[in-house]
Amino acid sequence: MSQPPLVEMTGISKEFPGVKALSDIDFRLDRGEVHVLFGENGAGKSTLISIISGVHPPTAGTMQIEGKEVAFRSVYDARQAGIGTVFQEFSLVPTLTVFENVHLGQEPRRGLFVDRRAMERSTEALFRDLGFEVDIRAPVAQLSRAQQQMVEIAKALHAKARVLILDEPTASLTEKETEKLFSFMRRAKENGVGIIYISHRIQEFAEIADRITVLRDGKLIGTVKADTVSERDLVELMTGRAIDKVYPHITRRPDGETLLSLRGIVASGVRGVDIGVRAGEVLGLAGLVGSGKSRVWRSILGLQPLKAGTVTLRGKDVTGLPTRKLLKSGIFYLPPDRKGEGLVLTASARDNIRLSLLGRRDLAGAFGMPSPARSKTEADAIGARVDLPPRAFSKAVATLSGGNQQKVLFGKGFGEDHLVYIFDEPTVGVDMGTRSQLYLLIRDLAESGKAVVIVSSDLPEVMHLSHRLLVFSSGRISAELEGQDIVEETILRHFFSETRVSA
Amino acid sequence: MTSPDSVTNGSSPVSPRFAPAAAVRTLFLKVGVLPFFLVAALIIFSLVSGNFLSLENLTNVARQSVYLILVSLGQMIVLITGGFDLAVGTTIALTSVVSALAMVALATAMPDYVWLVIALGCLAGFAAALAVGCLNGVGIAQFGVSPFIMTLGVQSVGAGTALFLTGGVPVSRLPYEFGNLFGFGRVLGMPVPVLIAIVAIVVIWIMMNRTRLGAHIYAVGGNKKAAHLSGVNTKKVLFSAYAICALLASLAGLLLTARVESGETNLGGSVALESIAACVIAGVSLRGGIGRVESVVLGAFFIVLVQNGMNIAQIGSYLQMVLLGGLLILAVILDQLRYRILVGRA
Repeated sequence: MSQPPLVEMTGISKEFPGVKALSDIDFRLDRGEVHVLFGENGAGKSTLISIISGVHPPTAGTMQIEGKEVAFRSVYDARQAGIGTVFQEFSLVPTLTVFENVHLGQEPRRGLFVDRRAMERSTEALFRDLGFEVDIRAPVAQLSRAQQQMVEIAKALHAKARVLILDEPTASLTEKETEKLFSFMRRAKENGVGIIYISHRIQEFAEIADRITVLRDGKLIGTVKADTVSERDLVELMTGRAIDKVYPHITRRPDGETLLSLRGIVASGVRGVDIGVRAGEVLGLAGLVGSGKSRVWRSILGLQPLKAGTVTLRGKDVTGLPTRKLLKSGIFYLPPDRKGEGLVLTASARDNIRLSLLGRRDLAGAFGMPSPARSKTEADAIGARVDLPPRAFSKAVATLSGGNQQKVLFGKGFGEDHLVYIFDEPTVGVDMGTRSQLYLLIRDLAESGKAVVIVSSDLPEVMHLSHRLLVFSSGRISAELEGQDIVEETILRHFFSETRVSA
Repeated sequence: MTSPDSVTNGSSPVSPRFAPAAAVRTLFLKVGVLPFFLVAALIIFSLVSGNFLSLENLTNVARQSVYLILVSLGQMIVLITGGFDLAVGTTIALTSVVSALAMVALATAMPDYVWLVIALGCLAGFAAALAVGCLNGVGIAQFGVSPFIMTLGVQSVGAGTALFLTGGVPVSRLPYEFGNLFGFGRVLGMPVPVLIAIVAIVVIWIMMNRTRLGAHIYAVGGNKKAAHLSGVNTKKVLFSAYAICALLASLAGLLLTARVESGETNLGGSVALESIAACVIAGVSLRGGIGRVESVVLGAFFIVLVQNGMNIAQIGSYLQMVLLGGLLILAVILDQLRYRILVGRA
């Protein structure tokens, strides 16, 4: 006798205004199975799990849980059906304590009142079971990123879910913690729980996965058995092309002048960092979220307080200058959050690029005021340079796809000539085709003698583009790798090491 | 201002310069500006007048602060959800007018049942306030209007309605018993308004700290999206917050009506500012998610204490407005500073 699968999705499509996030996906999750969802950022993994966990309803298609057709209208509905989700964006309330968060949405009650004692007791028991060491009475805001991740996992498990969805749970866990999580997953499997597991770490799959479903650009590429597929095959399935076609070769200028030099930088989350950025070179920065790789730049640019250290740009001391002056003196910064910090969402692509042209004297018209006609011509030329489709020029940025939005953001760097280009997560949520176009822009900058910095959580990206790679761990540089030494294993090892090792 | 000596007691003699500063800093980070403001006010006003610290005056302040405490509790709930309510003043005025009109009308219809008339009048007042609260709640929770615009708009709607109902003339000839009990009455030697406030404080404390709704109010304000993803009905929580806020303001409105013995459209004119000030000074975060009932009670008490002190010091009411506004802004600036230090540490 065969029981119906835990989750069976047929012909699922999802459209957001202007974007087709998923088209015609079939997906099945069996009892006691770890099913990996694999694909790049923006491939539709998160959308798929948001449908299973009731965050968004699908535009088309049906979903059955244990043979019964369901249509979740809220996260609450999905939870009632036994689906527990660990979201990638933390679903924790920072101001509440750990145990309050674990029980949020389903507080145990005694009569009218919330039973706080019971909440504390069951949370304590749960953390003991999991082997996670976290102070359950502390507010979540005081925990480290990894600890928050553990709370998030505990919260999903606490609901006694039959379907457990883990969206990149190991992204900020140490190896030891990851091992604990895996042993827990194995136990859950034995009890018949089905687990949907999203991760970018291919090397984890051999250890934990049963089947792997690959998504690309919102389409189902295929479902394969984990023990029959090689890493190389998976990457090709994911990207749709061989790796060496995605990342261009960038020629390095030997002995480039050090343009930007940081000495002893200390800021919140950064504990003493020296970096020299050279002309004609791509400098990569890798590390976990919260390792300080991004905050170094934000602090020297005045986006967060700089506590100590000196910054020199071409030999001139620019420490502590206001952001505006630093940008004027030759630094371009591409923020990681394009919607929050990069673009004026309601303005057109052209007007967004134009913002970066306001300081250009040669585009000024009568009385030194910006000339609309000239800046339009220039903005359109930049749009063409970054391969923005012409029909996108006059559209509001909010209606463009993530890839085109990112092109607009890149375009803002081409209005004026800068010395140093700092790209913080340059391709987050961008499809493969656009990525390779953006990488070509980065190549052109570096080869024309600019200094380029790439801060990225996407390990293959930063590995393949960088001439020199700095690995960050807990606010310090834990390794500096060059050329042939830039390999995944070495980098991952240094994600957690405290001491600096030079290669 | 406080002299340095006043804060050194209890510190270790080893590093006499550093330790008090550190202690002050810790206290500031932990509880916010209220203790400092309170100490400063007590010192300044007791220097100005010997009467200020007398038991009689402090009891008086406690009685006067009842109304602001009630409104501030409601304001706190809304602030914790990450919004605010500018319509609390209008809620008071509308409650006052509607309950007074209802009592006067019912009293002529059935003059023999005074207590029934009073009860129905109060219910009418609560109903009017609830309508205001629901209007705010629907606009903010369902239609996603920003709390600022929604409550500002409702503020005008409510004030206009109150004026329209009365033509701007106070509603007098309320039942004598109403004012006698709820305005000036005493039970077991305690003024009735104070007793009612104590009951309200206890109820709201229990609600915020021991019920699911309270937990959800903190959660929605702390991170609305996280609360939603945890299966909390965020719309219902927001709606309830504004409804409860209106009911608390309404309670204050009824007690004030009893005190002045007439239905007035100009009651509660400055209470929106005062209640927000009381909450912010008491450490309620304008970003939502943080705030304690007991601190807010003390915060409201502090505001009334300052007003009382300024009266004793014979500072005119116009200048009092200036000082109160300045105090609010100062409290917000210090709150920002505290937040920055807290985040910088993490």
